[in-house]
This record gives sequence, structure tokens and C-alpha cells, in this order.
Amino acid sequence: MSALLSVRGLTAGYGGPPIIEDVSFDVEPREIAVILGPNGAGKSTVLKSIFALTDIASGKVVFGGTDLAGCDTSAMVRIGISSVPQSRNVFPTLTVDENLDVGTYAAPPADKAETREKVLQLFPDLRKKLNQPAGELSGGQRQMVALGRALMCEPKLMLLDEPTAGLSPAYLERIFDLLLDIRETGVTILLVEQNARQALQIADHGHVLVNGRNFVSSTGKALLADESVRRSFLGGAAA
Amino acid sequence: MIDFINFYLFPALAIGSIYALGAVGISMIFGILRFAHFAHGDLMTMGAYGVLAAAAVIPVYPVFLVPFGMVLAIALALLVDRIFYQPLRNLPTIYTVISSFGVALIFRSLVQLIWGSQNQVYGSGGVRPPLILFDTFRISVLHVQAVVATAVIALLLHLFLSWTRTGRSMRAVSDDPELAKIAGLETEKVVRWTWIIGAALAAIAGLFAGMDTNAHPNLGWNLLLPMFAAAILGGIGKPMGAMAGGFIIGLAEELSSYPWIGDQALISPSYKTAVAFVIMIVLLIVRPQGLFKGRLL
Amino acid sequence: MTELSGLFFYFVSVLIAGGIYALLCLALNIQWGMGGLFNAGIAGFFAIGAYTSAILTTVETDRHLGGFGLPIFAGLAGAALFAGLTGWAVAKICVRLKSDYLAMASIGIAEILRLVIVNESWLTNGSLGLSGVPRPFDEYVSGRPADLVFLAYVWLIVLIVYLVAMRLYDSPWGRTLRAIRDNETSAAAAGKNIEKFRTQTFVIGCALMGVAGGLSAHYFRFLSPAATDPLLVTFLVWVMLMAGGSGNNRGAIVGALGIWALWSVTEIFTNRLPPELATRSSFVRMLLVGLLLQFVLQRFRSGIVPEKSPPLRFRNEPGDRNIKD
Repeated sequence: MSALLSVRGLTAGYGGPPIIEDVSFDVEPREIAVILGPNGAGKSTVLKSIFALTDIASGKVVFGGTDLAGCDTSAMVRIGISSVPQSRNVFPTLTVDENLDVGTYAAPPADKAETREKVLQLFPDLRKKLNQPAGELSGGQRQMVALGRALMCEPKLMLLDEPTAGLSPAYLERIFDLLLDIRETGVTILLVEQNARQALQIADHGHVLVNGRNFVSSTGKALLADESVRRSFLGGAAA
Repeated sequence: MIDFINFYLFPALAIGSIYALGAVGISMIFGILRFAHFAHGDLMTMGAYGVLAAAAVIPVYPVFLVPFGMVLAIALALLVDRIFYQPLRNLPTIYTVISSFGVALIFRSLVQLIWGSQNQVYGSGGVRPPLILFDTFRISVLHVQAVVATAVIALLLHLFLSWTRTGRSMRAVSDDPELAKIAGLETEKVVRWTWIIGAALAAIAGLFAGMDTNAHPNLGWNLLLPMFAAAILGGIGKPMGAMAGGFIIGLAEELSSYPWIGDQALISPSYKTAVAFVIMIVLLIVRPQGLFKGRLL
Repeated sequence: MTELSGLFFYFVSVLIAGGIYALLCLALNIQWGMGGLFNAGIAGFFAIGAYTSAILTTVETDRHLGGFGLPIFAGLAGAALFAGLTGWAVAKICVRLKSDYLAMASIGIAEILRLVIVNESWLTNGSLGLSGVPRPFDEYVSGRPADLVFLAYVWLIVLIVYLVAMRLYDSPWGRTLRAIRDNETSAAAAGKNIEKFRTQTFVIGCALMGVAGGLSAHYFRFLSPAATDPLLVTFLVWVMLMAGGSGNNRGAIVGALGIWALWSVTEIFTNRLPPELATRSSFVRMLLVGLLLQFVLQRFRSGIVPEKSPPLRFRNEPGDRNIKD
């Protein structure tokens, strides 16, 4: 099975010294892959570099056989990658429905109404809020709007930057369940997570970064069982 | 009371609609491009003179010639954006503010160079007798036209922003340019539409302002401050708020010179501009996000 | 011989006005070059200074407020005080907001002041203006040599302000300012009270603009609302600083002299044109100055004498984001 996304020797930053160096990993189709690591390891930078939001010094990102070098963000969306940033990920004065609609502009789905219906089936909570400005929703609901917006262009791959940041434990569980549901619909997910233990429980693969470099990559289960990973990143006590 | 309505309220609504049309553009540009456009008043002047030039050749009522002014203003706005503002977009926005300040001067000297600095009237229109309603209300035809045009434009703009793809994209970019980019929206297209709409409305406002008195090179510059006040009042990035703000500023300015106490004007008419300024300052102190929950940039 | 001395005194007059512009440029450099504050109402603060100093130093008259017949030094001090106070009020309201608001408010202040000057005859004698404004050392010299004395007076003040500005630039205060200008967030994180520093910067700059206004009133001995044409003064000073090199005090002076020389020399030519062309050509000059500013902004942002270290570079702040494409 060939990888959907292949990152090779990626070195990137924001104009200054590189934040990530020589990072490589693969994401298989229809899997959930999670990037883990301590604060400041450059996890978000990896996502941003894939989405052409950083200065890439060297390395290569290949998506479905296409080299992404020179692609701008709207081209990315057109070929099937969508991205949800960590904070400020909804348009606050636009209604929930309008937020979803904006998601289709760069890459219109074949049947907009049908896609919208599918998305609303994933997030039934949003049905009652369709005409409410997204900025008035709770944090968890906003996260759903953001995920919904990113799904509206029917992506093959979703890049999620800490989708559970700032959410209550109850919502955290729901978001992780939703990610499994999204994977069921055939979408591949690459996410960055702070809640490493829970993330690894749903992830097919995990990639641990330390100081902007690859530290270890393996399956979710294997990483959960790995003693050194557990000690360093999963917060002490055994599960 | 009748005098109040005829000589203060009606003109106030007319000047309010001029401010409203100008302030919409300022508010949208501030919301989407993130800078205070100091050349917006002079863009209005350009629109007014565009019609003036057309009126010299085509002998019809000048309001029918407004497309000429709109085309001129749109072309100039797109041109200055392309050659002056766009290259500065990756710098702090204050550079673009300075640049627009320079563009204001460029526009004005062009007007003076081409059309001279004297006052000019819209020839073929002539002075029309006012409309008289119920034998008591007298209102100038031009003022009616300005208010009606503004109301129609407000409605169309609202529909455009709520229901069209471009309109929603504009609101999205205004809300959060970074996220708009991540969502794959074409920012430059949104910017182009912002200029087209802003400049078109500025030209209409400029024409009404010019026809209400006469066309002169400082026409738009003199309206800039009240329009900024209107845009802040309405809340930056809220086009409908800016419209309302325009009317409020217009009313405040005109009504402040009504003899509310005794028979002296409450505030001397020569300080009308100061009224707008004071409103702006008070807003900046107590409620910089504007009346209608706009964003504070 | 008279031709030659005529030329010489023309040169002197250009240098005097150039000195006044140099002062304005130094003042703006403190606000913009060091503090990153956009003042679009330079003419307003200039006007306050001019009228304050004129009212304080003219002999008593019933045509306007005063005069108080005070010494010129007191007049200039008053000019600095009143312009500084006005600047303080504007800054107090606007420094916490995005810089665009300061620009709007400062241009508003300039506009209001223009209205006050034209309308409040009891204070300013309206459009008739103030006359008989004294020059320093009036009692000792008169005629053309007086211009030389005034030239020295103006440039002495420019020198003092330059030295003070240099000290300010390298002082801990100046370093803090530049840190705020270049990266507001980290300066705030380092515990600097940004609003306080910005207000101080703005006030100092405005006070100096007031002094420049005062000097111009004393130079012309006469002051009318036309002398403070809001756009021209404000605009020229911005072009001067931008072309000279914002952030660099020497650049500010070089820019002021250079642009003013250009402005004056072109005036000689355009004045010789037939009247109709002469008025037109003044618009061409304005147009060219506008284009010059655009050119400097696009291709020549660091100016003739660039700021040394650190270079004038801003990081995008959260409140000041641009659309990047």
C-alpha cells in the first residue's frame, strides 16, 4: 500500500533558524496519524509546512503522487487537503451554515446539499444552530463547525492542529469519537495532539518529535506500550 | 417645527446618505485590507469629476451619468491598489496608510491639474424646484434621490453580502484573513471586489455631494473625517453599521446647528466637522468597537 | 553685485525654512522613526505653536487675544507647552488602539484647529491673521542681516534638538521605544508599559512641532491661517523623513534640506512661467511629491541615510496583521 502523504527530510521555519529539521514520515490512506512531542517540538510547524504556511528550506512533501512544492493553500484545498488551525478556526460573524458554505468555495463538491447533509449527520448538534453566528457558540461546538467546514470540500486528508485544545474532558471524548467517525467516511486524518494517551488510543500510527526532529514512529498501540515513550510523553503512571 | 423638518431634517438625511455611501467603503477596506484608507474622500472627488466630464459632453441630467464616475473611480482604485498598496501588503499596515495619504494628494493634484481648482457646477442639471408635499414639506429632488439611492444600495449590498459567494467570501476575509487563506479562499479576488464596491459607492456619494453644492478639488477630503467617524460608529467590518453610522453622523452634524435653545444655532455651522470629530473621539474613548459590536482592529 | 547678494539671501531664506522643516522632521522622527506612531496632523501642532508663540510675544492689541509682549523664548516655550498638551490629549485617547486610529484623530485635530483659527477672531484675528510678530534680537539688527541672525537662531535650535534626539535615541528610553516599535509583544512581555512610552514619544514630538511653528511665525513676522495649510506641511514633512531615512536623525535633517531645496528650486522655475501655467505647474509639483512618496515607500524604504542598528523592521503583531498572498 503506497502512502497518501509522504514527508521526506522536511526542514522548515519562519524566516529565522529552522524549527523542524529533517522530519520524515508517511501517512497511509484512511488512517488516523498523530504527531506527538513535548511543547516546542515543532509539531504544529510540521502541519503548517505541509500546508505551505512556513518557509521550507529543504525536503519534500508528496501527496497522492503529487509533489506539493509550489502549491499555495487554495491549490492544496483543490487537490484534497483541508486544514483546521488550533485557535480561531471559525469565522465568528458568519452563521454556522455560512461557515460550512465557505468551506465549499475553494473546491466545490459535486452535490453541495448532499455533502452538507453528510456533515450535519456527523455533527447533529449543529442543526439547531445553523443560523447562529459561529462566534457565539461554545468552544466544543466551534470545533465542530471548524471540522465541518474542513469536511465540506470533501477532502482526502485533514490536517488538525490540536482539535481538543481547551475543551472539557467530556467534549474531548466526543471529538475523538468524531475523528473515528470521520475516518469511517474514508478521510485520512493527520493531527497534532497534547492529550497523547487518548490520541494514541484512536491513532493507527504515531510520530514522536523531539526538538524538531524525528524521535520515534510506530503504531499507536506500540507507542502506548513503549516504556521510554510512556515515561517521557504520557505523563508517568501506566495506563 | 416645519422649518426644522424642511431645513434641518431633510438635508441631514441627504448628507447622511452621502456619508453612508462613503463610510461603507472605508469600513469594508478597513475590515478586509486592515487599513484606514485616507484617499477615500479623494476617490469620491474623482467620481464627482468623472460625471462632470461626462456632463460636459452628454446633455442629460447628471445623475444618469453616474456610471462614468463609477467606472473612473473603480479604475483608479484598482490601479492604485495594484501599483501602490499591493506591494506593501506584507509590511505593517501603517505603510499602506501612509501610501494612501500620498494617493489622496495625487488624486487631488490630478483633479486640480485637469479640471482646475475653481468651483464647478453640474451645468445641464440646473436648479430643480423642490418637491412640495401636503403644501408644507419642501424637499429638494436631489435629496430625495440621494436618500432613495442609498436605501436601494443598502438593500442590494445586504443581499450581496448574505447570499452570494463573493459576498460571503468578503465577510469571511474580513472576519479572519488567515483562516480565509487556510480555507482556500482567493484573497486577491476578495480584495478586488472590495475596491470595486467601495469605489463605486464613493463615486455615487461624490456625485451627490458635488451636485448638492458644487464640485471642487477638496470635495471629498472635507468629508473624510465624518466618514471615518461613521465607519467607527458603525463598527469596523460591518457595512450596514457604517451605513447607519453615516446617517447618525449626518443627523448629528446638521441638527447640532438647529437653534434648540433660543434662536442661536446650538453650535455654529462652521463647526459641523467638529461635531463628527467629537463623536469619533468619544467613541474611541468609550466604545472603540462601535455601536454595533464591530471589531476593534 | 546686487544680483549675487540677492541670490545669497535667497539661499539664506531657503536655509531658514529648511531649518524649520528639519525641526519638524526631527520631531516626526521621534514619533515615527523611534516610536512607530503615525501623526497625520503635523500641521495642527505646527499651527498651535505658531499661534501660541505669536500671541504671547506680540504687543498688546485689541484685534486678537493678547498680545502679552513676552520675550521670544517664553513664546517658544509656550508653543512647546500647548502643542505638547494637545498631543498628550490625542495620545491619551489613541495610543492603545491600532495606529490607524491615531492617524485619524491627529488629522481630525489638525482640521478642528484650522476651523478654530479661521472662526475664532477674538483669539486669532481670523483670516486677517496676526501681524507684528517679533523676531529675536529685533532691537539690534534689522533688514537683511536680520535674516542671517535668524538663520543662526533656527539652526542653533536644530542643533540642540538634534543632540537631544541623539541622546534620546541611545538612552535606555530610546532603546525601549525601538524595542516596542519592532516587537510590541515581547516588549510588553519584558514588562514595559507601552502606552506610557508611546504617549511620551508623541508628546515630545508634538512639543517640538510646536516650537517649529513658533519659529515660523517669528520668521515671517506675520501669521495667517493660510500659513498652516494642513495638507502641504504635513505631507512635505512625511516625504522628507521617508526620503531622508526614518529612524535616523541625520537622515531627518538631510531629507528636510534635500526635499525643501528641491521644492524651492522648482518654485523658481515655475514662477517664471506665465500665470496660468504657473498655477498648473504648482499642481504638477504636488503630484510629483505624491509620487515621490510612493517611490520611497516602494523601493527606498530605508531612505538616504538608513537607520543603523537595529534596522527598521517590524514583526507582524496580532493586532496588525496583513493579508499575505
